Amino acid sequence: MVQLFNGLSFSSILLLIALGLAITFGLMNVINMAHGELIMIGAYSAYMTQIMFSNYLPKSLFDFYFVLALPVAFLTAALTGWILEWALVRHLYGRPLDSLLATWGVSLVLQQLARTVFGAPNVAVMAPDWLNGGLEVMAGVVFPYKRLFILAIAAAAVLGMYLYLYKTAPGRRMQAVMQNRAMAACLGISTRKVDSWSFAMGSGIAGLAGCAITLLGPIGPSIGTYYIIDAFMVVVLGGVGKLSGTLAGALGIGILNTLFEYGTTATLGKVLVFLVIIVFLQWRPAGLVQVKTRVLD
Amino acid sequence: MALAPIFLSEFRLNLLGKFLALAILAIGMDLIWGYTGILSLGHGVFFGLGAYCMAMYLKLEASGDRLPDFMSWSGLEEMPWFWVPFGNPLFAILAAILLPMALAGLLGYFTFRNRIKGVFFSILSQAVVIVVVTLFIGQQAFTGGTNGITNFKTVFGFPLFSPPVQMFLYYLTLLVLIGVFILCRKLIAGRTGKILVAIRDGENRVRFSGYNPTTYKVFVYVLSAGLAGLAGILFVLQVGIISPAMMGIIPSVEMVLWVAIGGRGTLIGAIIGTVLTNGAKSFFSESFPDIWLYFLGALFVTVVLFLPNGIVGLFANLKENLYRKKAVKEVYEHHSLHPEHNG
Repeated sequence: MVQLFNGLSFSSILLLIALGLAITFGLMNVINMAHGELIMIGAYSAYMTQIMFSNYLPKSLFDFYFVLALPVAFLTAALTGWILEWALVRHLYGRPLDSLLATWGVSLVLQQLARTVFGAPNVAVMAPDWLNGGLEVMAGVVFPYKRLFILAIAAAAVLGMYLYLYKTAPGRRMQAVMQNRAMAACLGISTRKVDSWSFAMGSGIAGLAGCAITLLGPIGPSIGTYYIIDAFMVVVLGGVGKLSGTLAGALGIGILNTLFEYGTTATLGKVLVFLVIIVFLQWRPAGLVQVKTRVLD
Repeated sequence: MALAPIFLSEFRLNLLGKFLALAILAIGMDLIWGYTGILSLGHGVFFGLGAYCMAMYLKLEASGDRLPDFMSWSGLEEMPWFWVPFGNPLFAILAAILLPMALAGLLGYFTFRNRIKGVFFSILSQAVVIVVVTLFIGQQAFTGGTNGITNFKTVFGFPLFSPPVQMFLYYLTLLVLIGVFILCRKLIAGRTGKILVAIRDGENRVRFSGYNPTTYKVFVYVLSAGLAGLAGILFVLQVGIISPAMMGIIPSVEMVLWVAIGGRGTLIGAIIGTVLTNGAKSFFSESFPDIWLYFLGALFVTVVLFLPNGIVGLFANLKENLYRKKAVKEVYEHHSLHPEHNG
């Protein structure tokens, strides 16, 4: 029971990370290897917010720092993403493999930057008091509030994304660009603006994910790399370009991971998950949910 | 290169030998990425497998009749069955080349048959790196865990780290590199090479022309994995250690950088890129260990943005520009035309 719940909260973090990836990967066909570092930036923003609160504000307010940390993490990461898009990524549209290499270089630089600024050792972010403890659903089965909170963040992010994509004008524009860039441009949508906007948004969600990760343990300069490959696997498994695919992929990987780790050891569990994914892709090479297209090169 | 031993100190020579071993891998990488357009981010695995196979033999020879030291530390009583045949050097060398090829064949067949390509393949190959590295670190008793395998003494009964043996290994590496280069040149110049380039530029057209791209892709993947294994053998002989850190994600992506810097799609570029990048790396990491990663990262960005064809491409461009200007001038002079009249 608890195991399954932990799997669920792992899925929700993966989901947050993969959401951002799905936007950049699905929409713009850019492999952003620096996505993990945007997570790291989100995590360190939470850490900075905490320091600000404990240093400059009365103690009674400290418990609420995390409420502020979420938007701060989102905005910092989004801003970084926006700059990254403007400076580098826009030169690489249509060259996915090149974008992969270039952003990998960026990720190295950002990691080293974090090491210079914050030091190589991990730092801990203290969870506010109201997130300690847990909800006892049955005798002996406790769901920690922290993990429930992460679940809530993920749910809110998915809901927000859904509403944004399907109910608002800018979201619809984004979808139009995703489905047929040339046609959208002909109809007067500024694809350039949509690109930079969506990239910033995907980065912001990565920042949120980073903020959520701080609740689970100490953070370090290379925290993003622990999650990034898993997140890419979510996108690959789920299929590119659909929200529902990302959701299913994240759930699938998170729960499989937990089950296998429960059955075997941590390392073997991971190996088994990847094997399952590779076997699954034999059956459906384009992932769980795929956008139908007749495009051929 | 053959004269290098005269000028270089023992330490530098060893370093250069190491780079040349890596250049063999880079040629394989260039075949699959530069010519066929498949970006593999998992070549560290093939390199590591080759190096580990060789290291197992060296370790067994160094341990004599006893159990290798890290096994007894991990509480192992008996030699694991799969270690036993590695006492035979011939078996070890064959395994170091054939094992990566077999793994690549298996992976390649299943992914390419289902037309998993482009970035999907890149991400999958990266996942393979994670799987293998976690396995190697986790199974400490069999692989030496994070520390890897080291403390070798002899090879074929000769002391491994004596200057004459290292000199011999340097020339051996150079010879193998030249051999691999010539063979791959032949391959690229032939029909197979043309098809590989065609797959890069338009896979579906190749398919519609009656070829089966899967066969060619698996072939080039297996070939480059074998070259990576071969590089692993020569690397471990000269460096004396192999650990999971040398086959992880970062080294695997760095291998791509070597080819990118030298110039993808030119075999000589792969060699130049490897030697130069690694030379710069050891220079920078000796002089400024803290900021080496900035250099590496910036190098990646610069090369991808401004030098898509690498160093070789740069020279080719310059040459072509000069040549073209000259040619244009000749045409004008020949027809006694002026550029302004050109309508």
